[in-house]
Amino acid sequence: MSSIFLYSGMFLSLLMIVSLYRAIFGPTVLDRMIGANAIGSQTVVLLILIGFIYQRVDMFVDIALAYAMLNFIAVLAASRYFQKRKDLHDELL
Amino acid sequence: MDIIVTFLLLCGLIFFTGGAVGIIRFPDFYSRLHPAGKLDTMGLLFMMIALAFYKLHHFSLGDVLTSLKIIFIMVFVFISSPTAIHGIVDAGVNAGLTPWTIGDERR
Repeated sequence: MSSIFLYSGMFLSLLMIVSLYRAIFGPTVLDRMIGANAIGSQTVVLLILIGFIYQRVDMFVDIALAYAMLNFIAVLAASRYFQKRKDLHDELL
Repeated sequence: MDIIVTFLLLCGLIFFTGGAVGIIRFPDFYSRLHPAGKLDTMGLLFMMIALAFYKLHHFSLGDVLTSLKIIFIMVFVFISSPTAIHGIVDAGVNAGLTPWTIGDERR
């Protein structure tokens, strides 16, 4: 059963690399934020899987909960910040 | 027991794969929000149900508490992820990004 968790985690980190493409090459800032949000929600699952692999879920579940809150607050604050900018069209930040 | 957990994990991985491919392939900012908001939340739901179910394998009080925490993460993400995506689309509308129509160049 532990090998299933290991292979799931490896496939999930492969998907994180795929989502990282959008976070690097996105045409606007908001595309980068979509990629970062997707990576964050995959990291929450990956942390719990790492906890099952290391037999320490009771510790890793708290880290995953803190990471979910941090991801939510970061994306919300960044979107509130970029709401005031009117020139997101051709921007290549 | 193990078969159910493996099946739910595979369902979650399929949803995550669809989300990642959609984030790469869709032509527009607004259409990219759809896989980012829906499929990631759904994949996380399936995988968290599987892991919380697997944690109850050896039944004890600490394992029940850990399972409840995993379920709580699931509920939190189920509420917060659409809220974050709504914040992003609000920023896009206020910044004046125009939606993609047929015949436009892919962005």
